[in-house]
Amino acid sequence: MIPGTFDYHRPATIEDAVALLSRLGEDANILAGGHSLIPLMKTRLASPDHLVDLSGIGNLKGIKVEGDTLIIGAMTTQFELIASEALERHVPIIAETSRLIADPQIRYKGTFGGNLANGDPGNDMPALMLCLGATYSVTGPEGSRQIAARDFYQGAYFTSLEHGEILTSVSIPIPAAGHGYAYEKLKRKVGDYATAAAAVVITMADGKCTSASIGLTNVSDTPLLASGAAAALVGTSLDRTSVDAAVLAAEVITSPASDMRGPAAYRTKMAGVMVRRALERAQSRAKG
Amino acid sequence: MNDQTKIDQDRAERTEKLQGMGCKRKRVEDVRFTQGKGSYVDDLKLPGMLFGDFVRSPHAHARIKSIDTSRAKALPGVVAVLTAADLKPLGLHYMPTLAGDVQAVLAEEKVLFQNQEVAFVIAEDRYIASDATELVDVEYEALPCIVDPFKSMLPDAPILREDIQDKMEGAHGPRKHPNHIFEWKIGDKEATDAVFANADVTIKEMLVDHRTHPSPLETCQSVASFDKVKGELTLWGTFQAPHVIRTVVSLISGLPEHKIHVIAPDIGGGFGNKVGAYAGYVCSVVGSIVLGVPVKWVEDRMENLSATSFARDYHMTTELAATKDGRIQAMRVHVLADHGAFDACADPSKWPAGFMNICTGSYDIPTAHLAVDGVYTNKASGGVAYRCSFRVTEAAFAIERAVELLAQKLGMDAAELRIKNFIKPEQFPYQSALGWEYDSGDYHTAMKKAMDTIGYTELREEQAKKREAFKRGETRELMGIGISFFTEIVGAGPAKNCDILGIAMFDSAEIRIHPTGSVIARMGTKSQGQGHETTYAQIIATEIGIPADDIMVEEGNTDTAPYGLGTYGSRSTPVAGAATAVAARKIKAKAQMIAAHMMEVHEGDLEWDVDRFRVKGLPEKFKTMKEIAWAAYNAPPPNMEPGLEAVNYYEPPNMTYPFGAYFCVMDIDVDTGVAKTRRFYALDDCGTRINPMIIEGQVHGGLTEAFACAMGQEIRYDEQGNVMGASFMDFFLPTAVETPHWETDHTVTPSPHHPIGAKGVGESPHVGGVPCFSNAVNDAYAFLGAGHIQMPHDAWRLWTVGEKLGLHT
Repeated sequence: MIPGTFDYHRPATIEDAVALLSRLGEDANILAGGHSLIPLMKTRLASPDHLVDLSGIGNLKGIKVEGDTLIIGAMTTQFELIASEALERHVPIIAETSRLIADPQIRYKGTFGGNLANGDPGNDMPALMLCLGATYSVTGPEGSRQIAARDFYQGAYFTSLEHGEILTSVSIPIPAAGHGYAYEKLKRKVGDYATAAAAVVITMADGKCTSASIGLTNVSDTPLLASGAAAALVGTSLDRTSVDAAVLAAEVITSPASDMRGPAAYRTKMAGVMVRRALERAQSRAKG
Repeated sequence: MNDQTKIDQDRAERTEKLQGMGCKRKRVEDVRFTQGKGSYVDDLKLPGMLFGDFVRSPHAHARIKSIDTSRAKALPGVVAVLTAADLKPLGLHYMPTLAGDVQAVLAEEKVLFQNQEVAFVIAEDRYIASDATELVDVEYEALPCIVDPFKSMLPDAPILREDIQDKMEGAHGPRKHPNHIFEWKIGDKEATDAVFANADVTIKEMLVDHRTHPSPLETCQSVASFDKVKGELTLWGTFQAPHVIRTVVSLISGLPEHKIHVIAPDIGGGFGNKVGAYAGYVCSVVGSIVLGVPVKWVEDRMENLSATSFARDYHMTTELAATKDGRIQAMRVHVLADHGAFDACADPSKWPAGFMNICTGSYDIPTAHLAVDGVYTNKASGGVAYRCSFRVTEAAFAIERAVELLAQKLGMDAAELRIKNFIKPEQFPYQSALGWEYDSGDYHTAMKKAMDTIGYTELREEQAKKREAFKRGETRELMGIGISFFTEIVGAGPAKNCDILGIAMFDSAEIRIHPTGSVIARMGTKSQGQGHETTYAQIIATEIGIPADDIMVEEGNTDTAPYGLGTYGSRSTPVAGAATAVAARKIKAKAQMIAAHMMEVHEGDLEWDVDRFRVKGLPEKFKTMKEIAWAAYNAPPPNMEPGLEAVNYYEPPNMTYPFGAYFCVMDIDVDTGVAKTRRFYALDDCGTRINPMIIEGQVHGGLTEAFACAMGQEIRYDEQGNVMGASFMDFFLPTAVETPHWETDHTVTPSPHHPIGAKGVGESPHVGGVPCFSNAVNDAYAFLGAGHIQMPHDAWRLWTVGEKLGLHT
């Protein structure tokens, strides 16, 4: 449980960080909250020669509303997400999800951007960002660019980030007022990754579902957007038959690993159960 | 206020001031623990100290073709790299286990389990040591491995232990196969078979108490410091039994025992994991002897979970025979015991299956037979008693599950069946069919109190309604009611049947009263969190009338503490606690003579009054213990040697038999398999209660570990012998969030043979808790025809039960 030798860098600006990463090459890793990377280093599953710590860069933190978009700095901690009034008012599902990540101590250190960028399929925020249709702003040696969350995740720990690029902030379109939402996570104990989890955002009008979006956590090597499941709901009253169809559509796109959380068949079914329960809760919260 | 009231009040005040037995004295050790000021092995820093770290096997079974340490040795800061080739000339490449086997310290020709120790790197700091382990090049040739114990004794099974391949006589009799360790049998087989052949009703089930790990928060560790000039070795370590370690070190190193100083400082939990000897201890000692400087070894979490002693892995074919009306006539059990690669059980030497023969439980079962076969597999070695007396959790699990299965077959209520078969109060001392003499018990009273408190009848009514509602599709929740009425056997033990490597399992106390009336007391046991510093002082306070706050209790230093066999198997209170009371009484007897001399009366004219001897009929004429202590040193009676101290080595005449009635109410979500414990009620009878608050804490801890074991904690291996989930991410250690609320209660049936009637309690909640949780789960699904559901009952396994029953349409 002792990491190998590494050099530590703490740049003060994003430009310095990008330059450092370019200069140090593939043997450098970005350090945000460290709660995914450091355990890997301690077990020597990761042994970077250099760590570039982003915590010295002032403008990577914070939550702001610009028109109908919410912008969250990558180094904002999970705790800050939970404490944010703006989030509670506009996109409460983010705080609800944060509360289910790890434990309070980790949430004080663990960052939103770290949870999104390291590509661990067990992380909770990526599926939620797929569900919300978020866009990631990244900065690299070639300048800045925008990547849709839905295009970001390529495989386990494999994302669209090029080496030297840093996730700086995330833009989230604010869901319609009165939307229903829920993040349902099945886990073995506090601090665990999900056996399966589902993020659901819906809008309702006159008892009918007018829009639906569903993300799934930890049931494939990437977070999943369950578009088929969402499509099965739009235009319905979320009656039993439609929900059954959505659950089935969610289950079929999963391909979980068998691990200590259970065999693949179980985790697939749990993805379905989480979708069903999240839908029930979202519906009870939706106005219209 | 009349005179008598005044006297009573004065006596009550003096009694309260003592903080003696029966009071909820706050734990004195918590002053340092809650401030982070405990002193553990890893806190020790010595000048010039080096650090050791292991190279471990990635394979479960492989031949070692070569070990090349040159790259590691070349790393700056690396001082030495030990392999079996270095230890062999010293005769230290194998060490004896407490179970009569030998265990490789560093693997010589083969590795036999994943993470087995292969080389020991010693470096200037632990970072360098850790880096260097990656630079030791070991070439392996993988061999087919055995993970399933049922495959160990197949004719074509690969032979695991080539070192003892031709030794067909083991420490416990003949071996039937090169992978067989022992067969242990007890009871009357012929009579048992005859009862089964003619019984009205029988049940038979394979009950698996799966492999898990005691997982103390502090891992195993040691610091060895050899003084080449004096030829003396000081060894600090996480030792539940420091004196036994000293003797073992002397036997294997050849150093005379008086030149070995073993010190167990504060220990962060043991639960059986810290009873045995480990390769790390031996390598730190060898390293220090060779290099002449101190060497520290500290295990990390994954090493602890995957390489030091596991617990359980008992596969118990359990049978009961009964009459139609529910009278149990016989029990028959066969156990296949998976010990891993080396038999490193920490049982008394004559008991290769521990006290598994307590498996007739709390019931008057006239005829029984038990046979246990121990086998080798390619897994870490053990298995130790995890928060229980030796194999008692396994035994309680077997009988308490079997009784439920019998009740189900008979169509009888499980509580009613138990009560019908309880040993009756008038039958104590009770001779069990498998050889024990139960010292005392009142099971009927305890059971009735428990059932009344939990509202058993109402719970069954609620359950009946819920089951109907479930069948109608109105709920997706199943309600289970778990019962366990366990009898433990603790306090090993009488010399006639209990020894470790030939050392009888007595224990000891030495009490020394200083002239000013304060006290130092030392015991042969070693607290790992049990609160000995608090409770032993309470025993002494009550016995000799000196306030507990004036009594310092010290354990763990083998130079100063009297020889003892250590703390495990709930033996501290039954054995060292008895020694403490007896030693205190010796002091009191001498004090009485001194008091008589001081007051110029005959000692027969004195009577004891809380903290003083007073002259009968003259209450104002007295001498307090404090006054007597001064006189003992400075003005003893003529011809009496000065001083006031005593030692007692206590050999218990019998074990003690704590018991309890536990009830659990559980609600299970059939769609996810998630089980929620709605209520858990634990009534414990541990005889005389020394400190009710410490007892409650012990019960909470034991129940929490029982909850863990039953509901998900496991050490699992895949087919290649890779250990799965050996970290706290997967290994289930419940936090405050998962842990249910505990309701505790008690009855008091003192042990008739113990000086203060105490029986031990630290392990009862674990022993009784595991079957109680499992029974609750099984009870929840029983009406659906589930059959026996194996532990652990984590969510996916329970979901699988529902899946097989077709509950997830």
